[in-house]
Amino acid sequence: MIQRLIENATQLFLLLALAPLVTGVIRTLKARLQTRRGPGILQPYRDLRKLFGKGMVIPETASWIFTATPWVVFFSTILAGLMIPMVAAKAPLGLFGGVLAVIYLLGLGRFFLALSGLDTGSSFGGLGSSREMTISALAEPAMMLAIFTVAIGAGSTGLTEIAGAAIGQTWRFLAPAQMFAFAALALVLIAETGRIPVDNPDTHLELTMIHEAMILEYSGPYLALVEWAASIKQLVLMTLLINCFWPIGLQPTWFGFGALQGIGWLLAKLLLLCCAIVLLETVNAKMRLFRVPELLAVAFTLGSLALVSTFLF
Amino acid sequence: MITELFLSGIIVWLTGAVASLALWRHPAVARRVGCSAALAGSLLDLVASAAVLFSGSTTAIGLPFGNPAFTWAIRLDPLSAYFNVTLAVLAAAVALYSFGYLREMEGRRNLGAFGFFINLLLPSLALVFTASNAFFFLVAWEVMALASFFLIIFEHEKEKTRKAGMLFLIMSHAGTGLLLIGFLVLASASGSLDFSSFHLLASSMPPLEQGAVFLLFLFGFGVKAGLVPLHIWLPEAHPVAPSNVSALMSGIVIKTGIYGMARVFFDFYGPPPLWMGTLVLGLGVASALLGVLYALMEHDLKRLLAWHSIENIGIILMGFGAALIFRSLGQANLAALALIAALYHTFNHAIFKGLLFLGAGSVVQATHTRNMEKMGGLIRRMPVTALCFLLGAVAISGLPPLNGFVSEWLTYQALLAGFGTTQSLTRLMFPIAGSLLALTAALAAACFVKAFAIPFLALPRSEEAAEARECSLAMRAGMAVLAVGCIALGLGATWFVPVFDSITQQTLGVRASAALVTAHGLALTAGTGHGTVQGGTISTAGMALFFLLAGAAFALPLALRWRRRSVRGPVWDCGLPGLTADNEYTATAFSKPLRMIFSALYRPRREIQAEYEVSPHYPSAIHFESEIERPFEQRLYGPLRERIMAAANRMKGIQAGSINVYLAYIFITLILLLLFGVRG
Repeated sequence: MIQRLIENATQLFLLLALAPLVTGVIRTLKARLQTRRGPGILQPYRDLRKLFGKGMVIPETASWIFTATPWVVFFSTILAGLMIPMVAAKAPLGLFGGVLAVIYLLGLGRFFLALSGLDTGSSFGGLGSSREMTISALAEPAMMLAIFTVAIGAGSTGLTEIAGAAIGQTWRFLAPAQMFAFAALALVLIAETGRIPVDNPDTHLELTMIHEAMILEYSGPYLALVEWAASIKQLVLMTLLINCFWPIGLQPTWFGFGALQGIGWLLAKLLLLCCAIVLLETVNAKMRLFRVPELLAVAFTLGSLALVSTFLF
Repeated sequence: MITELFLSGIIVWLTGAVASLALWRHPAVARRVGCSAALAGSLLDLVASAAVLFSGSTTAIGLPFGNPAFTWAIRLDPLSAYFNVTLAVLAAAVALYSFGYLREMEGRRNLGAFGFFINLLLPSLALVFTASNAFFFLVAWEVMALASFFLIIFEHEKEKTRKAGMLFLIMSHAGTGLLLIGFLVLASASGSLDFSSFHLLASSMPPLEQGAVFLLFLFGFGVKAGLVPLHIWLPEAHPVAPSNVSALMSGIVIKTGIYGMARVFFDFYGPPPLWMGTLVLGLGVASALLGVLYALMEHDLKRLLAWHSIENIGIILMGFGAALIFRSLGQANLAALALIAALYHTFNHAIFKGLLFLGAGSVVQATHTRNMEKMGGLIRRMPVTALCFLLGAVAISGLPPLNGFVSEWLTYQALLAGFGTTQSLTRLMFPIAGSLLALTAALAAACFVKAFAIPFLALPRSEEAAEARECSLAMRAGMAVLAVGCIALGLGATWFVPVFDSITQQTLGVRASAALVTAHGLALTAGTGHGTVQGGTISTAGMALFFLLAGAAFALPLALRWRRRSVRGPVWDCGLPGLTADNEYTATAFSKPLRMIFSALYRPRREIQAEYEVSPHYPSAIHFESEIERPFEQRLYGPLRERIMAAANRMKGIQAGSINVYLAYIFITLILLLLFGVRG
């Protein structure tokens, strides 16, 4: 019981504390790669502190959906975050749901975010909601194929089992099925977290933004909650990607020194993934919205290839 | 005891039918009598069928008339009882809702007739689910179709309504025709019309005959269920009916098709050949995907919901298809898992689709339009309706922790498990079907963002919407019952799953709930232990508990504190003078990206005409029209209709119009039949 509580509390702390850091690291690395100085890796924390201290303006046209949404998004993302293996293969709330529940909980948050985009009556909100729902819907089949490939390999949709099955097979990620599935899921991750070339998290240009357009009317603490939830979602998906496909350093269970080692490995792998994302964001330009389906079709094809190769190899 | 309860339910319904018809001159009394009878009959039916379901026993009732060939035999076995429970819960909520809903129609419409037909529809449904004789079944089936027809065309002064009713009637009878042939083939093999003589009979027939009978039943019941490509009547007929009827139609009447398939495929057939399950799975995927894709393009609120019925029937059939495949492969435990997924979704869909149609009914009654683009801002005028509709929308989108999530999760697990059951390349169809289910679910979520946000959120888009009034207490109570149902079936999944034990025991000979419920009844697992995938776990109750605790501990106090720091302000309107409803995103705009992405399917056509007075830069009026292609109507049914009309024209010659000639025809037919009978 105590052990369970410690696991949950640790993972909760990691989610809350690491998420802004990941965003900060990506921003700083990207700035450096573009020979800018950047705001420093701690800037997201300062942003959050500032936003939580501010008052807020709630649109006259908005209903209770607008005020409920940040909480729904925040809590559903946290709950999804507690269901994934971070430090050890054992997911603290693995009993509450596996990978399907994680995806659907993130879907619940997105559903409400899209509602709140339309709730204000501003056309930007509607624009963002419409695009977000479209892109996420198209990303879904590719994601599911990749996940099925992994789940079939592990014999379960439980993430504890999936990560547990991967432990000890350090070089398994070189298998064709794993590589295809990894590529498919990586493309989906880019679409789901709203990164270049699908969406640009830094833009506030009306015609190109997706996620930012949805949350345009949020301010103060609610904006902080939504932003925080977005970075937690990014962390959750990144962790899912690295721990399912590249479980090096992952401990089977939470125990003393092993847990610390697990956290160390997690940080190292996250940093590596951040570098990859930064590189990808810097060398690519944002795509036109109607080119995104092609990218997701590529992801779907990769997912199908992954499945076929589980069959062949 | 069960016999008495069930029969008294039927009698209450039928008495209510006659009484409300007799009282048609007193609309207020007729309404109360009709709705009370519907409610009382449903509650009696609920008690009787729940008792059967929980005890797992079978009650046979023989009505004391008829002859040995055409017995009026009723059998309440667990499968029948399950569909009866679904019927009873939905019908009770709809009856409650109708007390208020029909009130608006008093004096304008014949409520006596309405009470008559609805109290005829309900017992006919109960008998369709319980009849155990092919003849009796078809009689109940036909009464159901006719009662539905009259309820659909209740607002018959509109041309469109009558047309939709006719289409329903024609398609329904085409389906009944197929069923009749199917039953006759079975009857000629068994020598009896009794369902008990059909048990496992179909599988003992020669392969060709077996396949033909399967197709007859699949398409015969498929018409009623709204299976693609036999679905064309559904999006026409469901929306034009009064909304309480739409709720019954989409919630339970189309489920008679599902019941029929379950009865035939799992009772009359033994383990079927592999292609049958594969076909059902494929048709399920097609129905699910096409249903949701066409729903996305609708901005008629009720038509949108009708298309979603086709989608959900598809999801149910995916579970069915998987169950049939596992049965062919001898995997009884997996078949049980897939069957539970399908039946669970059947119940769930009845509850949330009933809820959504009732919500749509309240909205339509308040705004006098079905067009979403003319609604908006209703969450402030109709808060209870909005909350209920939102719960229904979350449930139908398959989002946790409500009931749609549980049954979709079970369907995923069944499909995933299927991968390990065979070594051939065909096993790839399971994950492909699973990924298309994911696409369907995600598109449904997009569609319900639209279906909730456009009518209920932001600014009202018309005068009517701005002045809408919350619906009456009875209507709210009816919706609340179903909303609570969505929550209960979601959070209480682990308590609900054991209900299926008696059904799977009856149809597949296994009890699955012990393997499905784990962690002291807290979590659901798919660990059937036979496929490659042992399945993960979910705990919807746990998730809900997390949300509740987090909400109470953090959200509530912080939200209250932040409220003091918040001010209300105008929305950013790009510096234009004030935001109006014209600035809002419309339903059409919301689904525009998908219309462009799937343009190969929709083949959208649009027409823009601008009228100018001075210069082309300042149009005085713009006319915009956009429509998408309806491939099944245009490519499949159009040519078919032309052929039928041409054939009918050619047959005109034998129609002389003289009664003597017709008598001669009857005589000749009789002689021929007698000769045929003597020879055979």
